[in-house]
Amino acid sequence: MPKFLIWIAALAALIALPHGLSFSQQEILVFLTINVLLVASYRLLTLTGEWSLGHVVIMGVGAYSSALLTKKLGVYVPVSMLLGGVIAALIAVLLSFPLFRMKGFYFLIGSFAAGEIIRLLWKRFRDPFGGAKGIKGIDPMPDFSVGFYQFDFFEPTSYYYFAGVVVAVCLWILWRIEKSPVGLTFHAVHWQDKLAQASGVNVRAYRTLAFAIASGFAGISGALLAHYVGTINPNAFDIDLMVFVLTWAIVGGTATFYGPILGCVVLTVINEVVLRELGLEQMRPLIYGAIMILSILFLPNGLESIVQKLTKRRAAGGAPERSPAE
Amino acid sequence: MLDLLAQTGLNAVYAASYISLVAVGLVLIFGVMGVINFAHGELFMAGAYAIVALYAGLNVPFFLAVAAGLLFVGCLGLLMEKALFRPLKDNPLGGLVASIGFLMILQALAVMGFGVRMVHIPPVTQEVIAFSEKVRLPVARLYVIIAAIVLLSALWYFLKRTKFGWALRASAQDPEAAALQGISITQTARIAMFIGAGLAGIAGALTAPLVSVNPHMGHSVIVTAFIVIIVGGVGSLEGAIVASVAYALVHTFVTTFWDGVLADIVGLSLMLLVLIVKPTGLFGSADRA
Repeated sequence: MPKFLIWIAALAALIALPHGLSFSQQEILVFLTINVLLVASYRLLTLTGEWSLGHVVIMGVGAYSSALLTKKLGVYVPVSMLLGGVIAALIAVLLSFPLFRMKGFYFLIGSFAAGEIIRLLWKRFRDPFGGAKGIKGIDPMPDFSVGFYQFDFFEPTSYYYFAGVVVAVCLWILWRIEKSPVGLTFHAVHWQDKLAQASGVNVRAYRTLAFAIASGFAGISGALLAHYVGTINPNAFDIDLMVFVLTWAIVGGTATFYGPILGCVVLTVINEVVLRELGLEQMRPLIYGAIMILSILFLPNGLESIVQKLTKRRAAGGAPERSPAE
Repeated sequence: MLDLLAQTGLNAVYAASYISLVAVGLVLIFGVMGVINFAHGELFMAGAYAIVALYAGLNVPFFLAVAAGLLFVGCLGLLMEKALFRPLKDNPLGGLVASIGFLMILQALAVMGFGVRMVHIPPVTQEVIAFSEKVRLPVARLYVIIAAIVLLSALWYFLKRTKFGWALRASAQDPEAAALQGISITQTARIAMFIGAGLAGIAGALTAPLVSVNPHMGHSVIVTAFIVIIVGGVGSLEGAIVASVAYALVHTFVTTFWDGVLADIVGLSLMLLVLIVKPTGLFGSADRA
């Protein structure tokens, strides 16, 4: 099976990858791995047709929850990460009551407001959130050994492997959800909401479900981040990062599962590696902004449309595509 | 106590003035072009840097520098219209992403040209109007208030009483019908973009000597403008002005009597409340979006 071999080769490449990189590049790789989960979970939300500007704050909810659980209650770190995701999902369910009274542009702005309120609450209340300085000295992931490999979490490489496994499992679950009847219903809620409603689909419940699942995985990505960097503060989850997530999803394209991930990887590599190596430190935002504009002007269906063209030539036909964003 | 109330009221009037200039521009652009201009805060910032370059740098007289700032930022608006919003007319998310890209470029240019740190601008005038011992209004703030009243009245006259204004409002309500009547949609889009951007620019230019000018100053401005246009009703100019005054009052009073972060929370909560109860805003109709 050649497809099977491609997967094996990709896996080997991902395992070998950090060994060819400098320390700072290894750290970027860890952040990239975490961001892949963030942007993939964001896509699940966009499946139902809603674009949120609060997703990064929800990620922060996972980070704060996990950090506080370990710090105040002494919860074992991997358990707290999972709980961070659960709490993020619960907060999302709470937020869905006001937010899903809105649609489209109003949802976009409403989610931004809700997110900012949460973020400002972290800033305002020093107990327990630590105020503007945030939470410091978050417990790291405890070291452990799996026989042939000794995990030492002060090494970015070790954390990359750990986060990689967690993210891979999460991506697999997200993919299974999308391909399940529930995932198909999400599509229906987006493209045929009147028809779906008339067919007895509880549209509001499915939108809430997508929002909760997406938020849960965003929460896990936040917890992964918190226990790696060791300090979190409200500014780490501000609109700047949200704008990046939005850009990754749009530049990559949201018609396929891999589109947003592709956007995240390609833009991060360009931004962090290529421009940094070229010594264009100050010009990085300028070039990044130009890339955003050029890609939206000349590649409106995202990077994934290039991939689709290439693969279609090899295997004519294939799965029906979603039409590009409205 | 009465002094404090009066002083806080004066501060609120000043805040309402520059907020309404920014918000009205944002509403105008949204109404005519149907795009959310995320770079609007950076247009404000560009206006402030025009003052840094011309007034503080080259010693150009202040009001000449303000006029130049207005023209400069207005032209930036024309550039955005031509390069970004016109090609992306059928792609609402596209316009949003493109304006974010433009915002990053403007910020980077400001950093490269003037550095990250805040710039000191010599005060335009030290004069203060003293109503009493504790109630004072610096004349520099009075300029902002006067500018807001004059410019917004002029805009109102332009929109409601001139032929161009009629055309502009017509294409905001129904672009296709307006085009069938022989109105050039491109032309009205250009005018709206120039005015909208120019208003943000002049607000930035006039407030530059009063605030800390830095490349990231647009951030809080755009958040405030969003709150105001949502509360006032997207697409309603009157709503934007009324909401600016209301928001400035609430925000200034909460800041004075409690603290700034709490004031931000209150502002955002108000916006969320309006979105839940009446998403079209206090003055909005369900025209656009």
